[in-house]
This record gives sequence, structure tokens and C-alpha cells, in this order.
Amino acid sequence: MTKLALRGLTKRFGEVAAVDGVDLAIEPGEFVSLLGPSGCGKTTTLRMIAGFIDPSAGLIEMDGQVLSSPARSLPPERRGMSMIFQSYAVWPNMTVGENVAFGLRLRRLSNEEVRRRVGEMLDVVQMRHLAERYPAELSGGQQQRVALARAIVIKPQVLLLDEPLSNLDANLREEMRFEIKRLHEEFRITTVYVTHDQAEAMVTSDRIAVMNHGRIEQVDEPHALYTRPRTRFVAGFIGRTNFIEGTCNGAAVEFDGFAVPRDLIIGGEGLTGKVTFSVRPQSMKLARARSEGAGPQVPVTVIERAYLGEFWDYVVAPANGALRLKVTAPPLEVYAVGEAAVLVIDAAQMAPIA
Amino acid sequence: MLAGLFGVPIAWAISRTDMPAKGFVRLMVFGAFITPPYLGAIGWILLAGPNAGWLNKLWMATTGAGHGVFNAYSMPGLILVVAVTSFPYVFIFVNSALDLVSSEMEDAANILGAGTLKTTLRVTLPLVVPAIVGGLIVSFLEAIALFGAPALIALPARFHVVSTQLWEFFESPVRVEQAAAFALPLLIITVLMFWLQRAILGRRGYAAVTGKGGERRMIRLGAWRFVMLGYALFVCALSVLLPMAVLLQASFAKAWGRGLAFDNLTLNNFHYLLFEQTQAQQAIVNTFVYSGATAFAAIGLALAIAYVVNRRIIPFGNLLGFLCMAPFVIPGIVLAIGFYAAYAPPPLALYGTAAILILAYTTRFLPIAYASSSAAMRSISPEMEEAVRILGGGRLTAIRKVLAPLIKKSLAGAWLLVFIPATRELSAAIFLVGPNTRVISVMLFDLSEEGNFEVLAALGAILLVITVAIAAIGFRVIGRDFMVRSGQ
Repeated sequence: MTKLALRGLTKRFGEVAAVDGVDLAIEPGEFVSLLGPSGCGKTTTLRMIAGFIDPSAGLIEMDGQVLSSPARSLPPERRGMSMIFQSYAVWPNMTVGENVAFGLRLRRLSNEEVRRRVGEMLDVVQMRHLAERYPAELSGGQQQRVALARAIVIKPQVLLLDEPLSNLDANLREEMRFEIKRLHEEFRITTVYVTHDQAEAMVTSDRIAVMNHGRIEQVDEPHALYTRPRTRFVAGFIGRTNFIEGTCNGAAVEFDGFAVPRDLIIGGEGLTGKVTFSVRPQSMKLARARSEGAGPQVPVTVIERAYLGEFWDYVVAPANGALRLKVTAPPLEVYAVGEAAVLVIDAAQMAPIA
Repeated sequence: MLAGLFGVPIAWAISRTDMPAKGFVRLMVFGAFITPPYLGAIGWILLAGPNAGWLNKLWMATTGAGHGVFNAYSMPGLILVVAVTSFPYVFIFVNSALDLVSSEMEDAANILGAGTLKTTLRVTLPLVVPAIVGGLIVSFLEAIALFGAPALIALPARFHVVSTQLWEFFESPVRVEQAAAFALPLLIITVLMFWLQRAILGRRGYAAVTGKGGERRMIRLGAWRFVMLGYALFVCALSVLLPMAVLLQASFAKAWGRGLAFDNLTLNNFHYLLFEQTQAQQAIVNTFVYSGATAFAAIGLALAIAYVVNRRIIPFGNLLGFLCMAPFVIPGIVLAIGFYAAYAPPPLALYGTAAILILAYTTRFLPIAYASSSAAMRSISPEMEEAVRILGGGRLTAIRKVLAPLIKKSLAGAWLLVFIPATRELSAAIFLVGPNTRVISVMLFDLSEEGNFEVLAALGAILLVITVAIAAIGFRVIGRDFMVRSGQ
């Protein structure tokens, strides 16, 4: 069953396609992030789901009903959704309690009911003691909680979040990430979350849709997205990586300076010709000497290093070949610049990309 | 240009130094801003009229000379009066620009070895040159479009400026065509100057002025701060204190020339105006009714336009916004001629009705209303309204529950900004009033032609007291910076 479906969704501003044929199906209760650099079309997509922008082509459906199409769009106020904005948009002319009650009052619930649900909701976000305050008297994090409470209290069909944490400082941002995740686990509201911060998306999401130039490049669970990126853009956008090019030759894939047996690479049998691989710096190790083991081991020289506290960043060059590879190592594995070492590659973590 | 000499140092002193009594000086500048220029002119006529003026009497008494040295009825007199009434424009521009210059700019010069004076002259002031020029241009434009003060001073002195010449064309027989032709150069100059001002202010590279404030510290002036204060008070005295003092004196006097003697005191002038002279009563009522109606009409219109323009509800919204600002560059006197030509002849035949006055006022002050409304609208993020809509409220609910409460303070400020200048409007009114629609400003002008300065002063005092009272309420309700914020 699908809660929310985007089918060939497209938005053109003049000649430019801000969103270009996006297909996405979201399950009930699922938390999906739209992740991408600024200008990739993620906010436009979200605002189309909300009904603030009409699509140029394609459809948006909820529970099988068409919400948006180029011909006809339901206005935002009749979609039963709620949204959290980048600026929070907490109304400064109302108290915290009035802000949270607003959506319930529009639904003409009894005073009794409104008071009870506002109270419960404020408890959930730990803001009940501040119910009489005005937003100007609250910190950024507290305003964010009010915005969350206001959006969730109406039990929306779909909850939309538009970069809600981008205006907070780093510590608070981390705290609020877990707050959002906790609220999602408690209420299980179908959620679409727009962000350019991969850590935010990784923490909160069931699935992440990585967007670039108005298209979705890959939709996957966070773990799969990191370990098995399918495109160069996704591999480069999520975390750091090495791109190395190999040529299929019989039972091996040959690289500049070393070769890897084809059967060690996941999905290696299907590869032909020239292939680019994404190899994470964390998927390789440095060693003083060759060891017994199945994986490829390549003699290298350390040519650059930087110590970052939690790990070392090394740049190494295979003994024969012009490749430069980034490798990370634990703090106690110290190599000097110019020192020879052996690079141990876990071929199972090499991801062929399109 | 004298206005610059008055305005810039005071703005600098208030913004950047530890000069004492800043609040008082600021209040005085504000006073100069809301004083109608023609009242200032009358004050100066009483002060420096040949022989009979107070300053001349003082001079004669102290030196024993046979006649006074000052003559308000002259070109220098006119220039002085215009300068003291228009310097607040320079002040507002320069003061707000200086408020944005970071002290770090000055620190950078200090650390390289420049003293305070050098830093101020070489770094601080050049940074605000665009603002100074902008303020001067606005003062200049105000000055050439000014009608009241030149008419009071130049006509008896038998010389003409553009605005009084235009007035001449309207004396019977009315020669509208000639007036319109004569007004055209004035209009062209104004448009050109505004274009110039935009070009100057629009230039980037003055990042310190356009960017964020940063830290600001006050410069310690030492003993010089009293010199600064003295200068500031001198300017304030010229522009507000002295003219207002003589006006007040005259308004309570049987004959203003006889000085501050006890037997010269009387309330007859006020009594005459308020209870005997029906025309005056009517003028007072007219003024405030027209101004109030104008303020409501202008704000209502401006608000609706600002909303559709800012929320992009209709195409070509920006053009509409531009049209709203257009009357700003039209001098009141030119506008009045245009209105006369358009609405006075049949089929509309609105001449002499309240409608034509309110229409003219509304047109004239629409830019102020639009600028304030538009600024208020822009300060409210569209997300505030979108949050209402996604929760299930329509556009009207969003406007009623969120937008209206959020901008009501700015709107009250805008209302005052239209109302106050409307109460003292002379240059458009004088061409458009009929026998039953006379307003205070026109009546003041007529009284001065009759030379009835005591009654005139009393009427001026009534106008001032009411305006100041309304402005004071505005201050309390809205906060004191409302005038400055929308002054640009």
C-alpha cells in the first residue's frame, strides 16, 4: 500500500526544469528524506506536495486520490497535511498554547478537547511550562519544538519538513535530529523531510532519496546508500570516497598498479569493459607487511597525512601506477610521510557506479 | 545646501559621540521635521522682520543703531528659513547611515596611526557620502517644491521662485495652460534628481553602509562635546525654539510687537478662532476630517496593492507598485495643477469639493503609505501565512488571524505618517480649496496676507498642539523610531 505517490512530477520555471520527472512512492508511516545540494529541486518538490506550487506535469496522489495535477490542484488547506518551515513560522502574535491550538480550533473541536490535546502535545515536546509564553521569549530550539507540536497535534495525513534545523547551532541541531526521530517513532506519521545535511537524513530517515538537477538519483536505506551508491553523484555527496577506474579482463578487474579478482566484487560477474568504482577511505586498511588473506594487497607509499583526532587521513600512492588514494586509519596506526606500507582492500565494499 | 551644514554634524554627534543631551536634540530635530515650513517662515518674519522683528529690536537696543541688521524679507532670509526647515531630511539619512558604520572601520584607521579627527574626516564621513548626497537631494527637492515659506517671504519682498510664479498664474484670470507648461521643468528636474539619488545610493562598494552593523562604540569628545552640544542647540534654536517661541508669544499677545508685558497677554486670539470665527472652526474640522479620510484611503489602497504585489497574485504587480511610488517625485504644486486641470472642468466638476482635496492628498501621500505597507508586508515571511494554510485555514483566515495582527503596529505608524503631513499640506491645497473646504494651512496663508499675525500665530499653535499630541501618541504606541524607519 502506498500513502503518498509522486508520478513523473515536473515543475518548470520558464525554460528551467526545477523538478524533472520525479517518481517516488512512500509507505504509510514511512520517514523519507529528500537530500541534495541547494537548487536540486527538493524544496520545490516538497512545496508541490504541500500544494503551494502546482506541477507543470505529473501527478501527486494520496491514498489513491489525485491531489495535484497540471489541470487541478487541491489547495493546501484541504490536504490535511502539516508542514514545518525553515523559519519555523511560529506566529509571534499568539502564545505557545495558542499556536499549538490553532489547527485544532480550525477543525472546530470542543474547548475541552483542544485543551486536552494541546496539553498532551506540549508534554511530549516538554514545553507545557512555557504554554503562556510568546515566541519572542523563546530560544530557537524551543520555537522549533513549538513548530513541531503545532504540526503534529492535528495528526496530519502527511508531515512535511523543510530544512527545519538549518537555523540552529550545531549542538542543538544534533539534539533536534533525535527529537524528530523520537516524535516519528511515537506517532508514526508519514513524513517527507527536506535537507541538504546528510547526517540529518541518515539519523532520521527510513529511506533517503538523493536528488540532483531536479531528478532522483537513488532511493535507498541510509546504510545501502552509503555502502552501495549507484551513481557518481550519490557516492560523492554522501561521505567521502575514492573514484578508481578499472578494466574487466578475464577473471580479474585490472586497475592502475593492481588487480582485484572479479568474484570478490559483489555483482562482479555482470561487469564488462571499463568500470568506475567508489571505494570508501574506511573500507581500506594500511599494514606494515603483507599478511595471509584473500583480499587484494597493494604495496604503497604514504605521500600525505593529517591527524584529525578520531582518525588519521592518509593519502597513499601504489608503488607502480599514478593513482592517489585516501585511506583512514585509527589514531595509533602512525605512518610517516614517505614510508612504505601495504594497502589492504576489502573488495566486497567496492561499489561499481554508473 | 545650508541644510547639509546643519544636518550632518548633528547626525554625526548623535550617532557616534558621547555628546550629552542627545535625547533632547533628537526631539528638537523631530520637532523641526513636523513643523510646517510656513509656520517656521512666519516665526522668522516675527523674529527678523525689518525693524519690528525681535532680533532687530535686540540689536538696536544693544548697539543703539537706528535700524536693524536682519531682514527676513530677502533672499538670504528665505534661504535660511528653507534650510532650517529642510535639514531634518539630511539628518535622517546621515544618521541612519552612520548607525550602520562599524567601529571596526575606525579602529582600522586608528591602528594605522590616524587620530580621531583624521579618522572621522577621511574614513567615517566618506563612507556615508552617498547618504549625505541622498539627504541633500531630498532637501533640495523639498526646497524647490516648497510653496508656503517662499510665498510668505518672497511675495512681500517682490521676487519670485518657481512655486510662487506658479501661484501667480492661478490668480485671476486663471491660466492653467501656462502654469502647466511652467511646471514641466520643475517636474523634469525632480525626476532627474531622484534618478541621480537612486544611482548614488544604489552603488555597491560601500559595503560598510549596506552591510551589517557590527560593534559600535562612542567616540569620546572630552570638552569638545559641549561645543558640539552648543552647535546642535544653536541649530535647534534657529529651526524650532526661536520661531516657536515668538509664535507662542504672538498667539497670546494683543499686539505682538509690544513684547512680553503682562498687560499684553490675552486669550482673545484663541477665543476668536475657536468660538467667534466660524470659518476657522470649519477649517480646523475640515483639516482633520480630510487628513483622517486621506490616511485611511491611502493606507487601505496601499495595503491592498502591497499584498497583491508581494504575494504575486496578479501579473505585472511590480508595475503597479511603481505607479504607487510615482507621485513621490511630483512636487505638490505640480500635482495640484494636474488635478485642477483634470477634475475641475466638467463632467467631473469637482473643484471646491472635499472629494478633490481628499483625492489629491491621497495621491500625494500614497507613496508614503505604499512604502510603509510594502515594508511591513515584506517583513512578514510568507511562511507565516503558509503555516496557516497547511493547517487548514484559507487565505482570509491567514490574513485575519496572522497577517493583520502582525502588521497593525506598522500600519498605525503609516497612518500617522500620512496624517501628519496631510494636516499641514499647503502647496496642493491652496490651488484646490473652495469657499467651504478651506483647511488650516490655507487659512494661515490668507491671514498672513492680511498681516494678522496674532490670530495667525494662535491658529498655528492650535495646529501644532494637535499634531504634536497625535505624534506623541504615535510615539508611545509605536516606538520612537517609526518616523526614521519610514523616512527613506
